[in-house]
Amino acid sequence: MAGRLRWQTGRVVAIREETPSSKTILFDVPGWPGHLAGQHVDLRLTAEDGYSAERSYSIAGPVDGERVELTVQRVPNGEVSTYLVDDLRVGDELELRGPIGGWFVWRVEELLPVLLVAGGSGVVPLMAMVRERARTGGVAPFTFVYSARSAAEVYYADELAGRARDDDGLTVSLVYTRSAPAGSHRPAGRIGQSDPDDLGWKPGAEGRVYVCGPTGFVEAVVGMMLDRGHDPSTIRTERFGPTGG
Amino acid sequence: MAIVTRGFRGRRDASAERLPPGQYQTRDFPVLSAGPTPRIALDEWRFTITDEPGSPVRSWTWSQLLELPVEQPVVDIHCVTKWSKFGTRWEGVSLDTLFASVETSAGYALVHSYGGYTTNLPLADLLGGKAWIVYRYDGGDLSPEHGGPARLLVPHLYFWKSAKWVNGITLRREDQPGFWESLGYNNHGDPWREQRYTGD
Repeated sequence: MAGRLRWQTGRVVAIREETPSSKTILFDVPGWPGHLAGQHVDLRLTAEDGYSAERSYSIAGPVDGERVELTVQRVPNGEVSTYLVDDLRVGDELELRGPIGGWFVWRVEELLPVLLVAGGSGVVPLMAMVRERARTGGVAPFTFVYSARSAAEVYYADELAGRARDDDGLTVSLVYTRSAPAGSHRPAGRIGQSDPDDLGWKPGAEGRVYVCGPTGFVEAVVGMMLDRGHDPSTIRTERFGPTGG
Repeated sequence: MAIVTRGFRGRRDASAERLPPGQYQTRDFPVLSAGPTPRIALDEWRFTITDEPGSPVRSWTWSQLLELPVEQPVVDIHCVTKWSKFGTRWEGVSLDTLFASVETSAGYALVHSYGGYTTNLPLADLLGGKAWIVYRYDGGDLSPEHGGPARLLVPHLYFWKSAKWVNGITLRREDQPGFWESLGYNNHGDPWREQRYTGD
């Protein structure tokens, strides 16, 4: 039996705006034990009077010593996410506990092709897998389908474009649901709405599928895959709702 | 001693005494599951209690389940991902009813679901008015993403113990970790003792 996950102090060392409603926050966490791509962490914020609030966030980056990188989306009226996105500054401290979750993870030893399907801020743990593959020189081919409302809401846009350009083993496909920028390969619309090949992944294909996003998105994508004959045992899901945040 | 996070005030919940440590109240009903929502035909649905040697002890079809006495628990539920939801209204069958005709000396239960999910509990956590197989939620049929046609409801433990798409229980003399219990989550999962992860 593993030991208890203990609360550790994390100090903010960098903050980067990802989109108008989200920020990537880099923490320095002395003694951080490391993590797998796809895992998450619990945060605990404590007010001066001792009141505290806990939330879980996916880790955006691969293992990097004592650095832990999160991307946080501001949830309207969210008790914790509004503080993290609007008020947190470099040098601030809070508590972290993790890493957590041993199912929605990818390891470089896994050689089979991978399909990643992200909806909105569900991109975060999948981006950790893309970055982990690059960090480790992984050979498993990755197909990454990322659904966002518009170009302004795409996280990691420049990095993704660069990685897709420089890496033959990584295919990135952006699906815009509300408005597609000029030159897009497809009109705005949900995954599979007009083109069943949006996922570029054939039934019977060997490999593993990771789907992460809001519940409605995950249900729609996975339902479409099951309709087309995909093996449910190859599909791993992680869902979240904008609940409290 | 917790460190203070500069400038964090937070929002006190008026019903904080109903919240286990580290939880916050939500009025939505979030969905969490590790894989696809399974597609289950009611005419093929079965719920089976199996004794450790592997022989089915009792099995119910969907129509047989619906004939059993109905209870309507109204309970607070607590998810390990931090949300709690107060006063959720369910309809289903008490595990006491299902176990009324089952003789066993086993101390543990491994709960099974369509789709392959498992979770483990001491049998004592399932009996004594503490657990149900529920098939209706908030006045309507239980939807597939929330575990329909039927799920386990064990509201005094974190909600991953309330297995969705439940189809059976294996009685065991020795405890055997289930799905999340093998992947870093606590073996028992009492929210009031904040037993979230292994070793808590």
